[in-house]
Amino acid sequence: MSGTLIAEQLLNGLQFGLMLFLISAGLTLVFGILDILNLAHGSLYMAGAYVAAQAMAVSKSYLAAVLLAVVVVAILGALLELVLIRRLVVRDHLAQVLGTFAVVLMANDLVRMIWGPAPLMMSLPAALAGPIHLTQDLLYPAYRLLIIGIGVVVALTLYFLIGRTRIGALIRAGASNRQMSSLMGVRVPLLYLGVFVLGAMLAALAGAMLGPVTAIQAGMGEQIIVLVLVSIVIGGIGSIKGALVGALLVGFVDTAGRAFLPNLLKLMFDPAVASSVGPTLAAISIYVLMAIVLIFKPSGLFGRRV
Amino acid sequence: MTPVLQAKGLVKRYGALAASDEISLSLPPGEIHGLIGPNGAGKSTLIQLLAGATFADAGSIFVDGRNMSGVGLRQRVQAGVSRSFQTANIFRQLSVFDNLLLAVQAQTGSSLRFWRPRDEDVALIEQAQALAQRCHLERRDWGTPAGLLPHGAQKLLEFALALAPHPKVLLLDEPMAGMGPDESANMTALIESLRGQLTILLVEHDMDAVFRLADRISVLVSGRIVATDTPSAIRHNATVQAAYLGDDGAKRSELSC
Amino acid sequence: MQAPDRSVIYGGLSLLILIVLPFIANALDLGFYISLVRRILIIGLAASGLNLLLGYGGLVALGHAAFVGLGAYVVAVCGIEHLYDAWLVWPLAVTVCAVTGLLIGAIAVRTRSVYFIMITLAFAQMIYYVCISLRKYGGDDGITMIKHSQLPMIELANEANFYYFVLAIAVVVLWLCERLMNSRFGRALQGIRENEDRMQALGYPVYVIKLLTFVLSSAIAGFAGVLLANQNLFVSPTMMHWTESANLIIMILVGGIGMRYGGMVGAGVILLLEEFLRLYTDYWHIPLGALLLLILFVAPTGLTGKWRSQSRRLVASEQSNP
Repeated sequence: MSGTLIAEQLLNGLQFGLMLFLISAGLTLVFGILDILNLAHGSLYMAGAYVAAQAMAVSKSYLAAVLLAVVVVAILGALLELVLIRRLVVRDHLAQVLGTFAVVLMANDLVRMIWGPAPLMMSLPAALAGPIHLTQDLLYPAYRLLIIGIGVVVALTLYFLIGRTRIGALIRAGASNRQMSSLMGVRVPLLYLGVFVLGAMLAALAGAMLGPVTAIQAGMGEQIIVLVLVSIVIGGIGSIKGALVGALLVGFVDTAGRAFLPNLLKLMFDPAVASSVGPTLAAISIYVLMAIVLIFKPSGLFGRRV
Repeated sequence: MTPVLQAKGLVKRYGALAASDEISLSLPPGEIHGLIGPNGAGKSTLIQLLAGATFADAGSIFVDGRNMSGVGLRQRVQAGVSRSFQTANIFRQLSVFDNLLLAVQAQTGSSLRFWRPRDEDVALIEQAQALAQRCHLERRDWGTPAGLLPHGAQKLLEFALALAPHPKVLLLDEPMAGMGPDESANMTALIESLRGQLTILLVEHDMDAVFRLADRISVLVSGRIVATDTPSAIRHNATVQAAYLGDDGAKRSELSC
Repeated sequence: MQAPDRSVIYGGLSLLILIVLPFIANALDLGFYISLVRRILIIGLAASGLNLLLGYGGLVALGHAAFVGLGAYVVAVCGIEHLYDAWLVWPLAVTVCAVTGLLIGAIAVRTRSVYFIMITLAFAQMIYYVCISLRKYGGDDGITMIKHSQLPMIELANEANFYYFVLAIAVVVLWLCERLMNSRFGRALQGIRENEDRMQALGYPVYVIKLLTFVLSSAIAGFAGVLLANQNLFVSPTMMHWTESANLIIMILVGGIGMRYGGMVGAGVILLLEEFLRLYTDYWHIPLGALLLLILFVAPTGLTGKWRSQSRRLVASEQSNP
């Protein structure tokens, strides 16, 4: 196992983790502030991917595709919040689960109706289609580097926004004490709308950026939302820092697990055993991680007590 | 005689605020002990600490001489400590009688029984009825969903739920809050009827009730106990008067909030 | 004594109809309905098991389909290993599900509300991925069973026999669940749903009660999975996807949360609706989703919810005048 292979997998893990963070940040913010578990968040991610893919096919401009995806999904997110989410916020968790799941069901059939059941392909932006030499031996796809770059920029922006600005203070205040904020004149419904739309935009961005490297099809939201939830549970609901740590952990463990575990097992055990057990262990590695974190910290690493 | 409930140097901080600041208390068996103090003094925090709903940062709690400091809610109940909640924490969707049945069921044998219908358990029904009658819960209310009861009746039910575990120590967190004069008198009589049968820590704003019922009174101000004495001594205690008049202008004869 | 619940009467009538159904279906040359209704009963069984945990216990578990799938998988895997004896395979399947439920529940039940939802979902997906990764046993494609489990006296390959077998099991399990919910344990469980803090303060062993319910619910789901494997003669990891768990919850919502027939009625309504809607459009999830939202906002206690709460009041007022 060479150094370049390890480095490559670490970069893959970072890339995956950062994209998970984009989606997780939105979901954890929405949960922390609106106190709602939005299962349809994955559908917003899916919408971002579909819109970007369609826009890319029509305009051939990657930038336009991503921007359009973010804008369109922002609007969809706003509509969703105004029509449904705000009515679910006052209900119990079961109603929230079912209400947002209804959206998931409808969204999947809608994209099938519009684009058909076969996966959609999104081409890479021409300029970034090739690999880049990071070091003499290490070649890494330029596009994935872009993803990492954008991921880091967004993470820093969010940190700045939430931690250092007045809006961020409002968000944090809203998270910790809804009634107080509303009494102090914060326009809570507007804040909710804003946070929800922000979350939607982040999810759409992730969808648009992962579009070229993922299968764009109905149900993709439901696949990714599980990893997002694991990230949030590990990191602690309502915490952006937790979402980042959780997402990166999930990204690394999942990627590294799939890449290295089978080989690692082959070193220790009989190859036949390793090849049958290896993939299974790799698949469940993040859940084992989650279980371990929960045993010691039931509210996640940075979570407040629910 | 071993005090039935004893707190030594209890400290509980929320950030920089010491909600409980070196609180020590000792209740001999059968005493009705009043706890008064201005709003925000830390009375509810103390109840939570004693009941086991939260744990102290320092200090210890003894029940019948046994150290219960780190012990959780469930074992405290088994050791004989029961509390009432200031805002009635009842089973709102269930009928009053179902509330009582649940309360009584916990005390009479295991709940890991899977076959016999509970509602046909005659002994249980009789115990629930006895509890209802003891706490002056009107028979005509027994079928009503608890959440639909008027406030006073909900507080009575709350009291009944706190009493159900046959506690040695009953921690009452403002049982008369929000009650009118008739209801308060009813509750006072109810507490009086328990005198001697168990030990009671009575947190209340209703001064008439506290001074009438309590054998001794402790005064809690800003997390510290500033005085513990008989009611008449407390009435004439200068520190106490200052604490009350100084803090929020409340006179000691003020009725319930 | 308690007033006879109207729902018991409706249940009895439904049972009669279900008993004569195969005769009517065959007479009208609509034999496929036997299989359809059997499928409804099996999934209704899974939903009823979940209803114990979710409806009666108030624990929103979003991963129960994994236990259904797990039970089915054990049967299918045993088939690959040439084990078809139901006396051996079925208890094994249910035990595997119960033990898995115990392990997952032990961690999950310690947490509250949203964490619990997410954790049960995550662990269910874990089971899903485990099954996908079992290349020897089907992997992505699943396993096709070449024959049914073998029971001593009942030939499951016979449509009607299998139907009556499932019906009998459904009746027995529902009856046992009903007894359980009326017992001290069941009342305590419902108390936990209503006010967990107070139950703790009253001294109930809340964690143990929740955990036992989780395990029981998993076992019932596993048993439903066993029957489902025999019904379809095919198992696939998609049975375990969390979206299938959400479907079970939809059924409970529609049928009646915490109501004795909630799982069954819900399964019936949703599966029949699915068959019906499919005739008109491929994209039947859209009207289904819309219906779900409608129910959520108009009839949140489900279809059987309304009348049950009335008869409860009846019973309670009878109790107050013993």
